[in-house]
Amino acid sequence: MQLQLDGISKGLGADIHIYPLSLSLQAGKINVLLGQTRAGKTTLMRLMAGLDKPTGGRVLADGVDVTGVSVRRRNLAMVYQQFVNYPAFSVFENIASPLRLAGKIGEQEIRSRVEAVAEKLHIAHLLKRLPGELSGGQQQRTAMARALVKQAPLLLLDEPLVNLDYKLREELRAELKELFSNSNTTVVYATTEPQEALLLGGHTIVLDAGRLLQQGPTLEVFHHPANQRVAEVFSDPPMNLFPSTLRGQTREAHLASDIAIPLGAHLHGLAKANYTLGVRPSHVRLQPHSPVDYPLRCEVDLAEISGSDTYLHTRHGDINLVAQLAGVHELAPGSNVSLYINPAEVFAFDAQGQLAGSPQRSAA
Amino acid sequence: MKKRYFGLILYLVFAILPIYWMVNMSLKTNEEITGALTLWPRHLTFDNFRTILTDPAWYGGYINSLIYVLINTVLSVAVALPASYAFSRYEFLGDKHLFFWLLTNRMSPPAVFLLPFFQLYSSINLFDTHIAVALAHMLFNVPLAVWILEGFMAGIPREIDETAYIDGYSFPRFFVRIFIPLIGAGIGVTAFFCFMFSWVELLLARTLTSVNAKPIVAIMTRTVSAAGMDWGVLAAAGVLTIVPGALVIYFVRNYIAKGFAMGRV
Repeated sequence: MQLQLDGISKGLGADIHIYPLSLSLQAGKINVLLGQTRAGKTTLMRLMAGLDKPTGGRVLADGVDVTGVSVRRRNLAMVYQQFVNYPAFSVFENIASPLRLAGKIGEQEIRSRVEAVAEKLHIAHLLKRLPGELSGGQQQRTAMARALVKQAPLLLLDEPLVNLDYKLREELRAELKELFSNSNTTVVYATTEPQEALLLGGHTIVLDAGRLLQQGPTLEVFHHPANQRVAEVFSDPPMNLFPSTLRGQTREAHLASDIAIPLGAHLHGLAKANYTLGVRPSHVRLQPHSPVDYPLRCEVDLAEISGSDTYLHTRHGDINLVAQLAGVHELAPGSNVSLYINPAEVFAFDAQGQLAGSPQRSAA
Repeated sequence: MKKRYFGLILYLVFAILPIYWMVNMSLKTNEEITGALTLWPRHLTFDNFRTILTDPAWYGGYINSLIYVLINTVLSVAVALPASYAFSRYEFLGDKHLFFWLLTNRMSPPAVFLLPFFQLYSSINLFDTHIAVALAHMLFNVPLAVWILEGFMAGIPREIDETAYIDGYSFPRFFVRIFIPLIGAGIGVTAFFCFMFSWVELLLARTLTSVNAKPIVAIMTRTVSAAGMDWGVLAAAGVLTIVPGALVIYFVRNYIAKGFAMGRV
């Protein structure tokens, strides 16, 4: 389905939840709505579904104005963040319910379709149970199965994995992409996690505080965030940002009084002005990666060990620097380390926060 | 060990003593009741119960009471279900005020409504019918039912309603097939309270009936006669009055605590 939002906005009293925005979803693809909590993801999704009426603007489905059309007459499916199932129905009846209501579908076909989708989501052995007897992950799988079995042209998923534990989330996340990839459904997937957006690929729409910040192919948005805010939202942990000045020799950026970072080739064209430089935590390293890497002496505030990675929170003067290091590193708070930044991996944002330069992506 | 239970045992004795005494009386003859103090029936007799269960004037009262109580319970719940759904799901002008105003109906004593009801029912030929008493009791039971049910409905996430609409349920079908089973406990508790109020209410029930729909509570006053008070039969009638309430409590006992926990009772 070709879903288009045309100048849509939503307010409640004096509060504005969505500022007027227009966007066109990629038909038959995965569209990721990325934004932190309270960015307006759920509100926007409810407008897309027709659960709420927009304050202004129109919703177009395949070119037809469906603004204000009851959700019962729209053909779509939705999965909520909470596990929403019909507690009085068995898992089978839960999944079968949209098919039964559609009418004209024989009992035989309902059975085979429900079983097929249950098989895909690994809940085939639970069909006779009630949702209340299932674990959270199984309940959410049931909700997803109910949404998928309908084969609606529009599928809305509002942070479907957020209430699940880590392991399950990883597991389902990997399955999701596969589930979506072989269908013609237009999928909208809201999430707060950059990782999820990258994993699902497709198209990403970045929202923040009710405004549309950027949209485009996911990798494109990731590599060239339109502004500072997108860079922060689309990076976990958020991108390190530090104010700097380009003066005299414009091949160097002056941070605090004592540091001048050499600029990478991609930033050589910048005019003399104040810029905010950005470095992804994953690009801050303990060892130099290339001869041009710039060392920074930092004091360790905290080392968070996540298992596969270590998040190192450090300070250099007024500058806070977070490094995402592979492996386990035990570094005592208060100790000093040298962290290396590759000038070729530095982003620059101008005084308005707009992207002034982003690292070049070569063939790799 | 004994000390711990002392208070509880004392409480139990106080709670059960009146009921025991009534059962005790109902199994005695009037001579024994008015005679010496006996802790249990010396001359065990079931005559009092026999009188009630064989005399149509007596058991008719129970039937009348049950009829209007059941009509009242069914109607109250049926009316309160959509009303409380509206209060729990929609926002409309003055919804909070209306909700509170509804409850204030319970704050006025039934006697206030006695005369208007009597006059109104007499003029439209509803006087002395079961439906008359049932409708009069609804004035008090519907607000209570709305209040209790709204609490239960507010606990059901709105997303379930929305999912049902997305799946294609029409409202009536959703309400009956999905929503009502979800608040089954709430409906049980509500029905219980409607039943109990209507069952024990005396003033309206007695005033709005004369012969055909006379409730048991009114008939119990028959035991006063020129020959004095028929204590035994009165006690037996009292025992039988407890039975329906006890039965209803037995069936909803698991939900009542929940009803109290919702803070609505």
